[in-house]
Amino acid sequence: MNRHAAGPPGRDGREPGKPYRDPPTAPRRKRVVLADSRAPVTVLRTVVELEEQTSYGEALVTNFIRSQLKWSVLLGGIVLAYLAALPALFYFVPALTDVSVAGVPLPWLLVGVAPFPLLFGVAYWYNSKAERQEQAFVALVEK
Amino acid sequence: MEANILAVAGIALVAVATFYLGYRTSRSPSTTQDFLVARRTVRSRRNAAAVSGEYLSAASFIGVAGLVLKDGADALWYPVGFTVGYLALMLFVAAPLRRSGAYTLPDFCEARLGSRALRGLAAAFVVFIGILYVVPQLQAAGLSITKIVPGAPNWVGALLVTVVVIANVFGGGMRAVTVVQAFQYWLKLFAIAAPTFVLCVLFIGEGGRGSVTTGLTEPLPPTFAENTTLDVRTPVLLEVTEPVHLAANGVVDGDEVSGSVYWTPMSSPYEVDADTQLSFFAGSSVPVVAGAPPTNDLWLAPSGDGEDVFATYSLMLALFLGTMGLPHVLVRFYTNPDGRAARRTTLHVLLLLGVFYLFPILLGALSRLYVPELLVTGRTDAAVLELPSKLAPGILGPILAAVLTAGAFAAFLSTSSGLVVSVSGVLSTDVLRGRVRDFRFATAVAGGAPLALAIVLRPSDISLSVGMSFTLAASTFCPVLLLGVWWRKLTSVGAAAGMVVGGGLVLAALVLNAVSGFTGNWAPALLLQPALVTVPVAFLTVILVSRATQSKVPADVNQMRLRMHAPDGLGFIRDRAVARFGSAEERARLADGRHRK
Repeated sequence: MNRHAAGPPGRDGREPGKPYRDPPTAPRRKRVVLADSRAPVTVLRTVVELEEQTSYGEALVTNFIRSQLKWSVLLGGIVLAYLAALPALFYFVPALTDVSVAGVPLPWLLVGVAPFPLLFGVAYWYNSKAERQEQAFVALVEK
Repeated sequence: MEANILAVAGIALVAVATFYLGYRTSRSPSTTQDFLVARRTVRSRRNAAAVSGEYLSAASFIGVAGLVLKDGADALWYPVGFTVGYLALMLFVAAPLRRSGAYTLPDFCEARLGSRALRGLAAAFVVFIGILYVVPQLQAAGLSITKIVPGAPNWVGALLVTVVVIANVFGGGMRAVTVVQAFQYWLKLFAIAAPTFVLCVLFIGEGGRGSVTTGLTEPLPPTFAENTTLDVRTPVLLEVTEPVHLAANGVVDGDEVSGSVYWTPMSSPYEVDADTQLSFFAGSSVPVVAGAPPTNDLWLAPSGDGEDVFATYSLMLALFLGTMGLPHVLVRFYTNPDGRAARRTTLHVLLLLGVFYLFPILLGALSRLYVPELLVTGRTDAAVLELPSKLAPGILGPILAAVLTAGAFAAFLSTSSGLVVSVSGVLSTDVLRGRVRDFRFATAVAGGAPLALAIVLRPSDISLSVGMSFTLAASTFCPVLLLGVWWRKLTSVGAAAGMVVGGGLVLAALVLNAVSGFTGNWAPALLLQPALVTVPVAFLTVILVSRATQSKVPADVNQMRLRMHAPDGLGFIRDRAVARFGSAEERARLADGRHRK
């Protein structure tokens, strides 16, 4: 989707009942567009390689996907390790359940409260990491 | 009576506000893309509110507090699991799924694996899961209306929800529903946060009520704060850990009783039949439905029973992986402008859900002190709605109860509308031809069919526990999504086999559960929460069958992979909704080559 579609409806002049009308002047000079002026002048060689799936482009993509997946697995693993450890911990060390912090028992804090900030923190970390990796990839491709 | 008028007013306000918002936003949408995916223009903050609004169903708004009241520390895994599901979604699925350009879950299957048959199978599962979800929502709405307006038949609430939902979806499809759901998240947050706040202040002001009831840390059952008479409507099995004097009128342990009885731990558990009246005295300890922790110290600590620990792990797996397979959650992610926005949406969702879930947990813990009588009847879901009148004095109690009731009603509305819009999206594009007219027709079907089912079936017939519905989603769509995004060798045959095997196993477990319920409860914990088996088996099936059918790997797998994973800025996204339903001009723009931001 290009940027025009993001605007409020009707801006693209396609609203039913309001057809776009040329100003009432005599036939004007026509503008002939041979190339989209917004597009970069030089062809991006690497992007073409990606599209045409040359072995170089293929390796580039595979590498990039692998590094994205690595971070997803790593961060997901951190959260999973924390959460999966809790039931086992309470099962094997029942004494923990008697500990309380500020009147609230430790299990309630560890299960009912602590995961929420942890989840948001990890998600925030992943988000910035993934965006940075994508920027690096774009820079690599468009250099 | 006051409570009823206030609650009815609250529900009416919610219904009118919902309808008005939907009506206002219904004026602009006109194309199929508006109806299916809101033209992919929903900003991440609003989308996050809409995702959360739709996700916080009655199970979250009412159910979590009830579970905490009953199961204590073990129930805390529900809100956590509901939230972790979104982290999994964000880490592994959100951005690639959006970039695939699909507009429904079946469409993703076809885009990735190029098989019409798989698309049909996925569509069938979406409709099945969707309807299985809507029916309990409608039935719960019916029950809550019956409760506040005695004498109203059950179908009134269901009909009210269906009419409001269909009106909104009919007028504006995804566009209208997005605004409504975002509004309903904030409504629900207010409706649970404000009463919780007031109740906590009152609780602290009262000095913690230590003198009247048993403290939450003592190895004793909860106690009645005042003389209480209860009507047992459905047969229950009660466990007693302290001797109790009570008056019973009805059938206990198969014998007709009438008058004073004495229950001891020795002959516990007691089987109480339907239509029995039990009267307890203030200060006597509360018998608890069998299976729940009977005393407060056990309630406060995580279960030390090996089988319970196993069940906890199974539940965790189901909740962590189930969220990404829920059709109404996924359909919201297609409305993001690009993959990056999809990721940001999820980040916001994690924040919004984390804020919300603190409140039901608090309410559940307070309920243990103030409404322990719900433990006798087993109707712990009513905790949220009955707590205010016990804790708040005078008119304040009914007001708070009305606010909470209105919030619960908003939960029925928003979840139902999310489900109806996702099911009608699938129906209109897979069964019909995908015009706006078809979408509207599909909406009538997707809303009308569950309404009919909700009226015809008894609530117990189709009630699928929350854990089970997540298990079903985790065992069918989750493997296809995860492997579809990250594994190049996935084939359509493997995906179909995984869905059928995973879904079949879960359904088999459901049937066995029902059978065991009639023949003496022999089902092991594994059958009650089978995710620990069904999810790995589904994954394994997908992988093994895919490996055996490598000739079926789609030819465009590398292109698809590039499209799903390449950063948005490179402009590889091909919007399948535009390709199929867009105007000639939009299609031309799409064919024009890369469209860059």
